[in-house]
Amino acid sequence: MQLLSKKDLFWRRFTVAVPYLWLVVFFALPFIIILKISLADPIMARPPFSQTVSADNFIFLLGDKLYAITYLRSILLAASATVLCLLLGFPMAYGIARSAPAVRSVLLLLIVLPFWISFLLRVYAWMGLLNNYGVINNSLIWLGVIDQPIQIMYTDFAIFIGLTYSYLPFMILPLYATLERMDHDLVDAALDLGASKTAAFWDITWPLARAGVIAGCLLVFIPAMGEYVIPYLLGGPESLMIGRVLFDEFYFNRDWPLASAVAIMLLLILVVPIVFLQKNQAREAESAT
Amino acid sequence: MSKPDDAFIRIRGLTKHFGDFVAVDKVDLDIGRGELFSILGGSGCGKTTLLRMMAGFEAPTAGSIEIDGVDITAVPPYDRPVNMMFQSYAVFPHMTVEKNIAYGLRKENTPTAELKKRVDEMLDLVQLGDFRTRKPDQLSGGQQQRVALARALIKEPKVLLLDEPLAALDKKLREHTQFELMNIQDELGITFVVVTHDQEEAMTLSTRIAVMEEGRFLQVGKPMEIYEYPRSRFVADFIGTINTFDGKVVAVDADGISVDSAEAGTTLAALGEHAVAVGQTTCIAVRPEKIFISRDEPEDPDDIRMKGVVDDLGYLGNLSLYRVRLESGKIIHVSQQNRHRSAKRFVEWEDEIWVSWRPRSSIVLTEES
Repeated sequence: MQLLSKKDLFWRRFTVAVPYLWLVVFFALPFIIILKISLADPIMARPPFSQTVSADNFIFLLGDKLYAITYLRSILLAASATVLCLLLGFPMAYGIARSAPAVRSVLLLLIVLPFWISFLLRVYAWMGLLNNYGVINNSLIWLGVIDQPIQIMYTDFAIFIGLTYSYLPFMILPLYATLERMDHDLVDAALDLGASKTAAFWDITWPLARAGVIAGCLLVFIPAMGEYVIPYLLGGPESLMIGRVLFDEFYFNRDWPLASAVAIMLLLILVVPIVFLQKNQAREAESAT
Repeated sequence: MSKPDDAFIRIRGLTKHFGDFVAVDKVDLDIGRGELFSILGGSGCGKTTLLRMMAGFEAPTAGSIEIDGVDITAVPPYDRPVNMMFQSYAVFPHMTVEKNIAYGLRKENTPTAELKKRVDEMLDLVQLGDFRTRKPDQLSGGQQQRVALARALIKEPKVLLLDEPLAALDKKLREHTQFELMNIQDELGITFVVVTHDQEEAMTLSTRIAVMEEGRFLQVGKPMEIYEYPRSRFVADFIGTINTFDGKVVAVDADGISVDSAEAGTTLAALGEHAVAVGQTTCIAVRPEKIFISRDEPEDPDDIRMKGVVDDLGYLGNLSLYRVRLESGKIIHVSQQNRHRSAKRFVEWEDEIWVSWRPRSSIVLTEES
């Protein structure tokens, strides 16, 4: 290989440096600051944290049942919304991927269309649908299915609906991308070789869509886990999710250190499974070669 | 026209509409046991749709398909005694060579020992024994194709359907694979139905060929019949090169017909009986290699002859190709074998020459198309 001139070398280093710089400034530095605050004590001053270092906040978090329950509730709600998104999103993505190209772009547009309206407005719209005298309850009463409105609003179920609705496109789009690339002859070949339609799905379509399934699940699960607006607007006072706890600690209690600790714990909960998953995938890719 | 005595595959009135578009139009076809039958046509002629109906991926709009005396028109693909090799090969990318080949037997719940034995046999047949644990992306195109072939053959189908089997291979590999396919077909005695747009592939592979256009069969016959006795301009033109002369029939007798053609500037004779009457317009055709080029007027008085000028010539080594401009202005194609070694060409550009052919080489194209 030819030796690079000094100028080339500079540009090469520069292009590599840009993304690193970005990550340092917008990820690593803020993370270090949050980590530092999480190890401090709250004080009545400006900024409202001490310069001391202790693990008190983490010990408190791990010892307090309320936080454990909130984390678990968040995981459960985010996970069930992810599963429902997958169940709804897979057939939709498959349908779009297999439709005629002209129809396909229209369907994709319909999937993305909700983004043109503010997220907040869409969640507000759900309040109008779900509350005791909302569209759903009124229609059910009018149809005679129920005679008293059922409480949907301000329950975990309302959060679950809100999460699923809001994050469904994030499941559909990566699934669509993988399914669209898949050669449909593969499914025909499986049918030809004696597989039933169900068998062909589990033998061929599902394993080949795996990358899309994983990407979609992560794209739904991660933001759903830290969601603040949906539990705040649709959930009841006791249906706490971790995003809301974090906000409350930070804003109303002005306990920055504890809020930071909550954030760090959330990050750990999210990052550990992802790292594990990627390790697993890398190992699989290696064993294939 | 040759027809197999016992029709192993019997297709009657098979039709497929996609909305207003008629992909396959009332096709009748009989294919004999152990034949290597090709369906030849350009893109969009309906050949792939026909094949997919035989495999069971498309439901016919009308008509029936029978294999070995059993009507399979409504049978789903997984229950048909038919397997298919896809143009894209459709080798499962997430499975090893071995798993790909075993797939069909696994779906039948074949006992492990039997399964292993038959997979080994297939790996031997397609010479992929050393590659059994490889994934498809570590194989060449030719190797992937052999995986697809082995995978389709392991269930011992009554009929193997092949969609453009050689299209994705380079020239050298094509020739090799072509003969390999023929050997395997011979060895296993399975009926092969090949769909292709490549006339050379169809000619060398097949026992019989059907030429298809706009959803219909224009002609079905042995490769030699299709080449030497095409019935329509389309078939004549699709397979090989052809020179055509439009004209009017001036005489019909026991030996043959005579056609006056302004394009040829002379009367063209053709032997045999043809469904034309005096006064009708028709078309006489002749293959380039049936035409002789000479400096002097040919001696045999029966030969059809005309004068021309060498417009262009191409030396291919074994052959020389000539474009000859006739006195009428029409350009015809002539090819001649270079039978003697010589560093000099016997004719050159702009040379005045005679072209001639025997009346028995004249083809009469009676079907307009």
